[in-house]
Amino acid sequence: MAKELWKGNEAIAEAAIRGGVEAFFGYPITPQTELLEYMAARMPQLGRAFLQAESEVASINMVYGAACGGARAMTSSSSPGISLMQEGLSYIAGSEVPAVLVDIMRGGPGLGNIQPSQSDYFQVTRSAGHGDFHPIVLAPATVQEAVDLMYEAFPLAEKYRTIVILAADGSLGQMMEPAEMPPMRPPLSEAERGAWAVRGAAGRAKRIITSLFLQEEELEALNLRLQAKLKRIAEAEQRWEEVATDDAEFLLVAFGTVGRTCKTVVREARQQGLRVGLYRPISLWPFPWPRLRALAGQVRGILVAEMNAGQMLEDVRLAVENRCPVRFHGRMGGVMLLPDEILAALQAMIAELRHSPLAVAAETR
Amino acid sequence: MSDTLVPTAEEIIAQGNVVYRRPDALSDAWTHYCPGCTHGIIHRLIAEAIDELGIQEKTILVAPVGCSVLMYHYFNVDAVEAAHGRAPAMATGLKRTQPDKVVFTYQGDGDLAAIGTAEIIHAANRGEQITVFFVNNAVYGMTSGQMAPTTLPGMVTTSSPDGRDVRMHGYPIRMAEVIAGLPGACYVVRRSVYDARTIRQAKKAVLTAFKTQLAGLGFSMVEFLSSCPTNWHMTPPDALKWIRDTMVPYFPLGDFKVADEVKAWT
Repeated sequence: MAKELWKGNEAIAEAAIRGGVEAFFGYPITPQTELLEYMAARMPQLGRAFLQAESEVASINMVYGAACGGARAMTSSSSPGISLMQEGLSYIAGSEVPAVLVDIMRGGPGLGNIQPSQSDYFQVTRSAGHGDFHPIVLAPATVQEAVDLMYEAFPLAEKYRTIVILAADGSLGQMMEPAEMPPMRPPLSEAERGAWAVRGAAGRAKRIITSLFLQEEELEALNLRLQAKLKRIAEAEQRWEEVATDDAEFLLVAFGTVGRTCKTVVREARQQGLRVGLYRPISLWPFPWPRLRALAGQVRGILVAEMNAGQMLEDVRLAVENRCPVRFHGRMGGVMLLPDEILAALQAMIAELRHSPLAVAAETR
Repeated sequence: MSDTLVPTAEEIIAQGNVVYRRPDALSDAWTHYCPGCTHGIIHRLIAEAIDELGIQEKTILVAPVGCSVLMYHYFNVDAVEAAHGRAPAMATGLKRTQPDKVVFTYQGDGDLAAIGTAEIIHAANRGEQITVFFVNNAVYGMTSGQMAPTTLPGMVTTSSPDGRDVRMHGYPIRMAEVIAGLPGACYVVRRSVYDARTIRQAKKAVLTAFKTQLAGLGFSMVEFLSSCPTNWHMTPPDALKWIRDTMVPYFPLGDFKVADEVKAWT
């Protein structure tokens, strides 16, 4: 299929449709609303379920209900709406049904504004709800990557019976650029639906889907199972992109559209003779730390750039474990990072650290 | 025949004399409900209706948070456990993706009339093809007797120790009347289970509510006035009398919305 010009939100919606979504439940909120509107038009045409819910609280619980029946169900929202969904996400995690969520992030806290932001990093990777769990979180940098990751979201959610969150800042939802759509995935057959799905106890024992385990040993057993699953996911599902890291003395680390902006920064820095590379995490959870740790062992310093106060920064520091200095440059409140200011922050770091030993030497001291 | 004149239970059953037995849709688990609580009666009525309509294999139960949180153990049907108040939203997700199934929620007054008010109002207003059984006992039972949205004026609870002061806490909500005012609602009635007559009437309402869903007519809800001897600090017989003498005057039994298509069955 040829490339076509797509708006980010609509491209994500179409990719979800081609990925097999059977039911969409959502609530309008800027800057994700076009996704809901696209679903409102397309889903009924295909004989699939679309419903505009009375709130994000209801949306996520409708997703929970549909997912309990083994249907491919999803919702989308933006930051304040994700806060309202945390209850439902925790129940979905506790009862181990697959579900997909799109977060088109905007500035916070509170009502904040409708400008692009990455300030939900903690929320989606760390605190998507009460209790011990992490969703799989995927952060695209382009509309094409958003399409590709969205298409993989349902198989990934079903493989692990977990939540997959596609987290993009508002600019990716709103921008238009060429993208190629994947083919339409065939619908799930009855046999392909999980042997746990609640579809009426015809000719079999009844099934119960619950996140309630009153005996502490039972609840601990669930948690041990969840943790073992998270460990498998952490080992198998790390995704990232590297640019010019082979000979890099300094490394930029950024995700989403900021990672894309940093490609321009790498190019400009290289034109100035600065040996700069880029590490762009695509899976925010699991955070792809082993490769970053290896890179930290071969550079003089790392600059983390984010549209927040330094949230992924904590994961970078955990990964780096003091193998090299880590600096941060961020903007908040919906202010977008431009290449020039990242380059300036990078040059300042280089001026500070250019005589510091390469980290590999530091590690062996 | 045993060597006494009294036949054993097995002998009676063997003779085909059973006139009253556990419905197939009820499991043989022991319930955790307190002595004298009428959840058991309401469970039984629903299970009898499932048996009589032959829908056990296509029924999905959405359990609430509250005293009936473990009810999925007591029914022999597929079941899910909702977050507090969210059962109508979860039922919506199930029914919209499996329209050939019979989906019902079972919710208490805290669940449906406080924390889940938005979900029940909008499910009803959409005319969602689900059935809701609403158990109103005027207190939060599971958390040991706090004031509920349906607690009567002046009624003493652990969180209204001087009695419910309506100037401070507002008024008990008559949910059946509220829901009946929504165009999407198709069958909305209030029943009780305090004596044989009201139990028979409640059974008929349960059947009608399920039939409304089976016919694809729209949203159906049966509110039950139910007893809570433990948290009302009454004996079971006194609790039943209290429903009749104190609850019914505020929450009148009756039919609040019966669509024309449904009237034929009532």
